[in-house]
Amino acid sequence: MPNTGTEHTVKAFDTDINELRGMVAEIGGRSEQAIARSMEALKNHDLALAAQVVKDDKLIDELEQKIDDLTFQTIALRAPMADDLRELIATFKISGVVERIGDYAKNIAKRVPLITGGHKLGPISLLPSMSRIASELVRDSLEAFARRDADLAMEVSERDQVVDDFYTSIFRAVITHMIENPKDIGEAAHLLFIAKNLERIGDHATNVAEMVYFAARGEPMPERDRGENPTDLLEQPSGNEAS
Amino acid sequence: MTDTQTADMAADSSPASDSNPSGISAGEGPPKMTTRNVNVFYGEKQAINDVSIDVNMDNVTAFIGPSGCGKSTFLRCLNRMNDTIPIAKVTGDITLEGEDIYAPKMDVVQLRARVGMVFQKPNPFPKSIYENIAYGPKIHGLATGKEELDEIVENSLQRAGLWGEVKDRLQDSGTALSGGQQQRLCIARAIAVDPEVILMDEPCSALDPIATAKIEELIHEIRGRYAIVIVTHNMQQAARVSQRTAFFHLGTLVEYGVTSDIFTNPVQDKTRDYITGRYG
Repeated sequence: MPNTGTEHTVKAFDTDINELRGMVAEIGGRSEQAIARSMEALKNHDLALAAQVVKDDKLIDELEQKIDDLTFQTIALRAPMADDLRELIATFKISGVVERIGDYAKNIAKRVPLITGGHKLGPISLLPSMSRIASELVRDSLEAFARRDADLAMEVSERDQVVDDFYTSIFRAVITHMIENPKDIGEAAHLLFIAKNLERIGDHATNVAEMVYFAARGEPMPERDRGENPTDLLEQPSGNEAS
Repeated sequence: MTDTQTADMAADSSPASDSNPSGISAGEGPPKMTTRNVNVFYGEKQAINDVSIDVNMDNVTAFIGPSGCGKSTFLRCLNRMNDTIPIAKVTGDITLEGEDIYAPKMDVVQLRARVGMVFQKPNPFPKSIYENIAYGPKIHGLATGKEELDEIVENSLQRAGLWGEVKDRLQDSGTALSGGQQQRLCIARAIAVDPEVILMDEPCSALDPIATAKIEELIHEIRGRYAIVIVTHNMQQAARVSQRTAFFHLGTLVEYGVTSDIFTNPVQDKTRDYITGRYG
């Protein structure tokens, strides 16, 4: 970002901006934690932890409201221009997107009690790796925001392909499992929704990255190239193809 | 949507590449005024350093910059107001419709009718509202009789958005009007001699927000009919009323481009620091 780090003549403006940056970091941290905990709850069928994730989502919602209020107020009172304006608009949008990420994690947690025979569902073994990558995207997109780093934002957007590919594999594996084990269809369907939630989390991290890019460069992020070898990135966590 | 608004959007959507730091183009359409390599000296001190810029009819052009950056000095070059300062010396080329305005054969009185000026403090003549408007057309011989003069007075006041407020008291003194009305009277006075360019030097800095809004609305209304150049300390005002913005700093032109680009994504760090309030 072209930000030279020079302070504003009106110091209170910097105070507001720093407070907003702090809250964005916090909402990002909380949503990352919600993803990790919901996966932990799923893996161990930990109903108490799942309930905690659902309950803690309120904190994310409240934080979004606080960010929106302060952004709104700052725009109204300080009449920001140029990179300040772009950052505030980005903050406003990012808070909404990150709140949605929290909702997806909450939705995963809500499905935990409904998946009692997780150990029988082969494709479930792919979810922790997928969730780890989706979670990294969220973290890195917010790291990019904190550092005004358009290059990192670009990289996050490209890495979302990995999450998409995971989803495709899991989708296939779950369908195969359903065909072979019709009695598991109900639980397997929940698994599919969980994978879809993680895929959406990746997309939302990309949205954050796009806003960071815009705030830093003042122009929209170029379209990412989806053409090149998306699957060879998949090697490391591939897990066992479920059957 | 009015024509003005449509035109606004067209101007606003110009490509960002127009916002070239060394850019001088006023955008599409032929330039009304061109300036090339203009330097201004007050005695030994150089106030303007090699400024080149074009101004056209379609756009309101705003000059912004911190106090002492030379924006008013440069504005005053455009109708030779600096001639009135004995120690001021202007070099470079300034043309109006291709004519060199500093050429010896240029009639300065005529020039100032073609390039009118509105000042920071409203300065109506201590005469009636009617006389304030009629004076210019009379001395420039623009009206052949009372009827024609009445028409010019009414039209000018209409265009300046003042007619409704003063039509029943045209014989009252211009100085009896409110500050905002006086400023619109001065704009009507400038319009009355049918100028091509109107220069405004901080036209709203002595006015309250409502009177300011009326002047800004008026600028929107008359844009396209005249080339308008406005100097303002109020960046929000520059953002609101202009389609092109030039940022001056220490007598040099730092950046000239599409207003919406300058205020959302300026090219130069100096511009960015100034408009975001990081200057100094």
